[in-house]
Amino acid sequence: MVVTEKALETFRIPIVLKKRYDNFINGTFVPPVQGQYFTDISPINGKPLCEVARSTAEDVEKALDAAHAAKDKWGRTAPAERARLLNLVADRIDQNLELLAKAETIDNGKPLRETLAADIPLASDHFRYFAACIRAEEGSLAELDNDTVAYHFKEPLGVVGQIIPWNFPLLMAAWKLAPALAAGNCVVIKPASETPLSLIILMGLIADVLPPGVLNVVNGKGAEVGKPLAANPRIAKIAFTGETTTGRLIMQYASENIIPMTLELGGKSPNIFFADVMEADDEFFDKVLEGFALFAFNKGEVCTCPSRALVQASIFDKFMERAIARVEKIKVGNPLDPSTMMGAQASSTQLEKILRYIDYGKQEGAKCVTGGERARLDGDFAEGYYVKPTVFVGHNKMRIFQEEIFGPVLSVTTFKTTEEAIAIGNDTLYGLGAGVWSRDGNTAYRVGRELKAGRVWTNCYHAYPAHAAFGGYKQSGFGRETHKMMLDHYQQTKNLLVSYSKKALGFF
Amino acid sequence: MNAQVAITPEAAQLVRRLKAQHGALLFHISGGCCEGSAPMCLRTGDFLVGSRDVQIGELEGCPVYVGVGQHEYLKDTAIEIGVAKGEVESFSVEAPEGMRFTMRSMPAVASSQRIGMSVNKGLP
Repeated sequence: MVVTEKALETFRIPIVLKKRYDNFINGTFVPPVQGQYFTDISPINGKPLCEVARSTAEDVEKALDAAHAAKDKWGRTAPAERARLLNLVADRIDQNLELLAKAETIDNGKPLRETLAADIPLASDHFRYFAACIRAEEGSLAELDNDTVAYHFKEPLGVVGQIIPWNFPLLMAAWKLAPALAAGNCVVIKPASETPLSLIILMGLIADVLPPGVLNVVNGKGAEVGKPLAANPRIAKIAFTGETTTGRLIMQYASENIIPMTLELGGKSPNIFFADVMEADDEFFDKVLEGFALFAFNKGEVCTCPSRALVQASIFDKFMERAIARVEKIKVGNPLDPSTMMGAQASSTQLEKILRYIDYGKQEGAKCVTGGERARLDGDFAEGYYVKPTVFVGHNKMRIFQEEIFGPVLSVTTFKTTEEAIAIGNDTLYGLGAGVWSRDGNTAYRVGRELKAGRVWTNCYHAYPAHAAFGGYKQSGFGRETHKMMLDHYQQTKNLLVSYSKKALGFF
Repeated sequence: MNAQVAITPEAAQLVRRLKAQHGALLFHISGGCCEGSAPMCLRTGDFLVGSRDVQIGELEGCPVYVGVGQHEYLKDTAIEIGVAKGEVESFSVEAPEGMRFTMRSMPAVASSQRIGMSVNKGLP
């Protein structure tokens, strides 16, 4: 995923937005039943971008009507045909890389470098991955005795609901949609109201690809559309990524209808640096330093943000000298500028929360070694939501080490022994991600196996390739995405238990 | 008298209006990504309070709960619930009004003293 400056220079496509975006239901754009719209604001400059449908329960019902009408045919469509269509979706994403990347950047605030190199390519790859998986999928059979065979078929659930967050709008949509659609389900998906743009633009690009009703997008506010969707008796499953209280709420709704869920609720991921990483000042050490600075990726608005760094005490001073220098090279600015490394926080709410936690950190006695305040940009961007990458040094019981800040704020502490690293690493409510950096394979392996996290990056971080399972332990949720095992979450097993015997049992 | 949790006059006014509209409400504070740490204001019928949620007080007749995990880190703080303008993607009942409840917390002093806390004025 190397972005060359030359490739970015050729990017000059202006983006033209519609004044208003509706819902996408039954293969076409449909205005919301009650005719209400909300304003989508860009965090780059705090200004309005467009209006988007502010749906109500009636729109959810319309989407479900369309999905239910389409589900039998889609469920019976041959896997090879479903795969062909998912690959077409991927083609359309690839063909419109710059448009979607720019839309994502202006709606979310993340740098164009990242949307071009990561978000959009990963999204299209995800459709291709699940297209491949579904073609290679098989059920199983077992010959139980001479007369009895158990056939196991994987069948779609039917119609599923999905609620996605604003931090990786198109990629989170891809992670949820690709396996659900591949498995033969019809979907009603609700994007986050902060970031509806990229998905609704994509619907315009693929309106002719999927049969009507297979994929439906209902825009609106969580408080108005969330419950009508998640508590609806007409969905067979709900998938959610977001914060903890809402996660519990969604689980309750699911319990009303006795339906399965997958859930991803955040993290406070430890990034662990063993002393041996400093044995040489080489290419690998350069990678290690970048690994430390990766808390700033996507401006820290990642559930797996490596927001805690655990540095082995024996190298602490020398390591921090190099690491902080690396952090201070991070360029914060207009996300559309190809040289910008860190863009705007997604909303004023987020910015305020980050600044509040920076304040808590200072109050608790953590030492702020860089950053620690809002970043002021000039001209058009003065009203945007920018923060300086911030690093604190403290101990693991402080609030800034325990609570998810969801911003570019790193809390650093030390450890002496491997056991202590594991203990501190695991001393958190969450268990989504972790990073382990060591030149010694044994250390890396043993520590990785002891960490209670679903994704342990080993000598790397923030890589999200398809075919590597992703999901949480503990309060980070359950279910595994970005791997073919996600198909299981969107299917149910039909066992045909077949008797080839013509004789009665002898009971009655 | 809640030593642990207080509310700004503006937030109190909003709570009263929301109660008139929705009926009995509660606050639940937890964490996590995206909107984590923002107090959620929900209809009491909507949210199943668990045996491990800790009630830290009551504001405008609405009980205030903290998830047990978060309570560990908030138990020695004094919490003030305020309100600010802002479009949020939240299931909290004030969200459709373009408002959001906010939470500011600071180390608690002796519980007999009420801490003077300034109204949340928005971005610094």
